[in-house]
Amino acid sequence: MNAKENLKKIIVKKPLKLDCGKTICDYPVAYETYGKLNEKKDNAILAFHALTGDQFVTGINPITNKAGWWSYLVGPSKAIDTNKFFVICANVIGGCMGSCGPLSIDPETKKIYGTNFPIITINDMVNAQYNLLEFFKIEKLYSILGGSMGGMQVLQFVANFPNKTKTAIPIACTASHSAQNIAFNELGRQSIMADTNWKEGDYSKLNLSPDKGLAVARMAAHITYLSKKGLQEKFGRKLQEKDNLNFSFDADFQIESYLRYQGSIFVDRFDANSYLYITRAMDYFDLVKQFNGNLSKAFEKTKTKFFIISFTSDWLYPTSENKEIVIALNSSGANVGFIEINSDKGHDSFLLDIPEFLKTIKNFLEANY
Amino acid sequence: MKKEFQIISELIENNTKVLDVGCGDGTLMKFLKDEKNVDTRGLEISKENVQNCISKGLSIIEGNAEKDLHQFPNLSFDYVVLSQTLQAFYNPEKVIDDLLRVAKKAIVTIPNFGYWKVRIHLLLKGTMPVTDALPNEWYDTPNLHMCSIKDFYNFCFKKKIDLTKSIALNGDKTSKINKKNINIKNLSSELGIFLIQK
Repeated sequence: MNAKENLKKIIVKKPLKLDCGKTICDYPVAYETYGKLNEKKDNAILAFHALTGDQFVTGINPITNKAGWWSYLVGPSKAIDTNKFFVICANVIGGCMGSCGPLSIDPETKKIYGTNFPIITINDMVNAQYNLLEFFKIEKLYSILGGSMGGMQVLQFVANFPNKTKTAIPIACTASHSAQNIAFNELGRQSIMADTNWKEGDYSKLNLSPDKGLAVARMAAHITYLSKKGLQEKFGRKLQEKDNLNFSFDADFQIESYLRYQGSIFVDRFDANSYLYITRAMDYFDLVKQFNGNLSKAFEKTKTKFFIISFTSDWLYPTSENKEIVIALNSSGANVGFIEINSDKGHDSFLLDIPEFLKTIKNFLEANY
Repeated sequence: MKKEFQIISELIENNTKVLDVGCGDGTLMKFLKDEKNVDTRGLEISKENVQNCISKGLSIIEGNAEKDLHQFPNLSFDYVVLSQTLQAFYNPEKVIDDLLRVAKKAIVTIPNFGYWKVRIHLLLKGTMPVTDALPNEWYDTPNLHMCSIKDFYNFCFKKKIDLTKSIALNGDKTSKINKKNINIKNLSSELGIFLIQK
């Protein structure tokens, strides 16, 4: 974890009262930036990452040595052109890429928090990241955007700070986490907790790692990010480096091998307890309930111009749930646009090279700047 | 900008809020926004046109008037515009009801099936009319409920909808439609433009 000590971070002195009732202070928020903040400070875009993302939006992630999670979208001369815009992204609190989370040291016990870390919410994540605006002395962002959990943060940000961004792009998300999505997250958590190496969350202190549980959690989640059609077209019933079935429980099928691989590389870069905390934050997200059953109240005071994007084959955060947000924005008289992008790549579409999607964001950001 | 849009924009007061249903590439919205300081929103079914509108910086929602008008609250606009698409809906009557729910005033334009060229085409050729305003063959037309401007005029009377302004368009020539000249206008006009309210 030494490499992570060199990550850019701010230490927030101001105490943050969390939704769970506890307060944290003097906590780190790790971040990365791309492009240059101009003199007028009106070209800043805050990107929010999804469940397993981090602050390394584009370029090469110095920890994993892999391309950033939004490399298709963000960079010089890309849809979000970093020659023009200043892109900021922070690791969410509860995460494991330098911001305070279950891997941090508990100031009271001087030991790794583990599951003694307080439960955090999407609201807490957004409030923590808001400190970056003060750090960079940005009065108003040009835009905020994010997909999936990143989109939830976009919605929460505008609800909390109605006039701190000119535009907002929530992508493939929801205003209220569905029973189905809570169910999938619970499956992942139970898989981690069933791993004998988890040790009630104390594995780090014992130099253990619940890799098997975390890998299974990732495998299950990964299926939900794809679509039936996409899987069928990519894998079908193709066998993995063999001509005949093995009559065993080896990974005979390519899809099995693929999922096992996805699980195995995930455990190298992600902390199991962070997975528990962040999925919990998503499950607790219910902006409708926060505003007493009337989502449009969340956007009553905002002048922010919204653009909402969904994908045809996304069954995890389907178009219907994205449209609920459009309807609420229209009800509150807010300025909103919407498009459903054709894609058979499922929920993952927002991370992929889908020209129609990239073009939409480019055109929206360029036309309103 | 085509003459039809010029007439529509003249019917719309400055500094108002307008919903353009089936706004196409956003030409009218852009004009209203830039020239009349109108706060515009568009609803459009074609993804390509949605992209065109985004490039123009317009607020555009991908959707279908019959399914997606319900999302707009009552009287949330000053005007709603429906240009040459009423005939393409399954239930035009319900769409008109919805238009007059979301806005105080609606501007509806109708490609006139009573136009003399259309009548002659059917009379002499005996096949479904294909004209500049109605370019499709019967088998690939999006139009389900063709009507003449007289049909629409009568519809408004029957439904107690106030015809605040009725304008006939033939080429670039405009004229007013009234009770006395409706039969002539129904023969001589390619397009009817109506400002209606309840």
